Amino acid sequence: MPDLKRFDSLGLGAIARTVLAGERLSLDQGRALFACPDVTAVGALAHLRRTALHGQRTFYVVNRHINYTNVCINGCAFCAYQREKGQEGGFELSVTDAVELLLAAPLTPREVHIVGGCHPDLRLAFFVDLLSSVQKALPEATLKCFTAVEIAHFARLEGISTIEVLQILKAAGLAMLPGGGAEIFAPEVRRRICPKKSTTDEWLRIHGEAHALGLATNCTMLFGHLETIKDRLDHLDQLRRQQDLSRQNGSDGFTCFIPLPFQTENNAIKIERPLTGLDELRTIAVSRLMLDNIPHLKAYWVMLTVKQAQAALFFGADDLDGTVVEEKIGHMAGATSRQGLTKAQLEAMIRGLGLTPVERDARFVPIGDATATSAQEVQA
Amino acid sequence: MSQSIQQILDEAAQGRRLTLDEAQLLQREAGLHDLGHAAHRVRLRKHPEPVVTYVVDRNINYSNVCVCACRFCAYFRAPGHAEGFVLSFEEIGQKIAETIALGGTQILMQGGHHPDLPLSWYEDMLRYIKANYRIHVHAFSPPEIMHFAKISGLTTAQVIQRLKASGLDSIPGGGAEILVDRVRSQVSPNKCPAGQWLAVMEEAHSQGLRTTATMMFGHEETQDERLEHLFAVRESQDRSLQKVGGGYTAFIPWTFQPDNTAIDARPLTSPEYLRMLALSRLVLDNVDNVQVSWVTMGPKIAQLALYFGGNDFGSTMIEENVVRAAGVCFRLSQQEIDVLVRAAGFEPRQRRMDYSLVEKS
Repeated sequence: MPDLKRFDSLGLGAIARTVLAGERLSLDQGRALFACPDVTAVGALAHLRRTALHGQRTFYVVNRHINYTNVCINGCAFCAYQREKGQEGGFELSVTDAVELLLAAPLTPREVHIVGGCHPDLRLAFFVDLLSSVQKALPEATLKCFTAVEIAHFARLEGISTIEVLQILKAAGLAMLPGGGAEIFAPEVRRRICPKKSTTDEWLRIHGEAHALGLATNCTMLFGHLETIKDRLDHLDQLRRQQDLSRQNGSDGFTCFIPLPFQTENNAIKIERPLTGLDELRTIAVSRLMLDNIPHLKAYWVMLTVKQAQAALFFGADDLDGTVVEEKIGHMAGATSRQGLTKAQLEAMIRGLGLTPVERDARFVPIGDATATSAQEVQA
Repeated sequence: MSQSIQQILDEAAQGRRLTLDEAQLLQREAGLHDLGHAAHRVRLRKHPEPVVTYVVDRNINYSNVCVCACRFCAYFRAPGHAEGFVLSFEEIGQKIAETIALGGTQILMQGGHHPDLPLSWYEDMLRYIKANYRIHVHAFSPPEIMHFAKISGLTTAQVIQRLKASGLDSIPGGGAEILVDRVRSQVSPNKCPAGQWLAVMEEAHSQGLRTTATMMFGHEETQDERLEHLFAVRESQDRSLQKVGGGYTAFIPWTFQPDNTAIDARPLTSPEYLRMLALSRLVLDNVDNVQVSWVTMGPKIAQLALYFGGNDFGSTMIEENVVRAAGVCFRLSQQEIDVLVRAAGFEPRQRRMDYSLVEKS
């Protein structure tokens, strides 16, 4: 039993005991964590939870991001990446382009992350071709493609249900949905930052459908724009309730939560008090503590910077994402991180932190250890 | 965490001096959060007011010409190199005028070990500055003082005396690197040995000049050698406190930046930096202030470091050239520093070299 004096002296004793018992924190307790004047105490508690779940293990993946188009009908206020159809700077990759980019990666990716804008003309047949061509070129890669927002868009273009879209894509090789497009679930904020995007209900419903079909999914939260602390906590609460539902139905549900700090450059939202580093770390820590039923939490270094991602591994995160090559969306919004980290750099870095590097696939199964599953790692 | 580590941390937080064995145990086995929390308790005991200070200054590098050729340096040019320069007094004056216009109170002036500039050039420069500007001159690290002694044939005590008489106000803690001769002979073989570095600082203290001390870690030193450095500074401060009642105002640890240098090292991670910062705060019980290094760690980690023993944000560094040459270029304005410090729960205050506060305008 760790020394709880520090938490007791800050009025966090009951919270610490709940966390150590692996039980669920209330929203009020979440508010207390956000209000605690000592952010490092919140971090220390999240690190205890992270250590209880994963020990010193720190995951990374050899992956590759492909953004197939930046043409998008949604025009979200926070997006620096989007172009209208026909606008200068807009682009679409062909299936051949995408496969060539993937094959050009210095290491064969284990995870292929493909997302793009909601393009008005690209039809489902294109994506079926894309998935099957990529799977053929990279048989060992897990295809983690298309946010729930894109799935909803495909369904509307085709006039079919989102379940049907998921079934068709799954048959073509889709294994996982990335967690993007969740932004923040609060309807009032959503109306202001991404009015044309899928609603919260639609986003959660599609993830539930994917879980029921045996697809794993991730989930995200975009924070540090117009939302309140209460909105962040409600968002986390909706995710863990969806996870309860998916688990009750016998699926693994969400694999990993990815908190995304809002990048302030090149977009239409003016923020009075932009996030500072400590706000990011606190939100990461509270997320780890609130999401008692989601096994993994990613320190996405592209958005955080490498040094902040390293610190985040002691504030609740257990995953460093990976050897991303050519990320566009975060960088066009002012992200200052470098564009790629090699496998050797990631491993040396994790060892330098005193942690144990574990190369994983998209579903967090350690490479070379096909019997382990991420679901077994959590005593939920 | 073992009972003994917690006990050592508790006692250190209450002000008990750590032994080398204890520091080694903490370095090896204490958790990041436990180290940080104990260091923060020391910081709060030494500085109970929730204030984080910084100085508004500019780094002026009067020359990049240097005969040392340290392997960690991306800034120097060998004598005769086409990119070598020496600033004129007028250029230095212009930079000082700009610094004052931005509310600056001091300049930090360091350069290479230029083979041809005589001591009189440095004295003339100081007199030129003092005749024209009201500014604190924090200049010439111990290796430069040693270099001046060599070219002039004077003792270091005489050099310090003459520089002080010409206008030198205090001495920055640069050139310390790692204060262990095994390491110095590898990474900076032509720079003064550890004993001389400390002797120059103690001589300066005895002549009434305050100084800082730095540590550059993460190159070719061992974990034990980092502690050896901390203990060398602690003992040196003991001697100066006993002799003249004061010496080092602050300790500034920062990590080696490997780009464009002749040393191939893995860049240290932010938690490794935070651990060393916290250990510094715990070991150096006789040094009042510990600075965080936003120049090497960036604004996010510098802000976090205020909870790992740091109580000072260093300086605004209106101009900085040396770290930038090694591939890292963070920039922060005074306003940005204020925002970061306030968001961390402290009141930002401009200070002078001696840590007296500048009245709020």
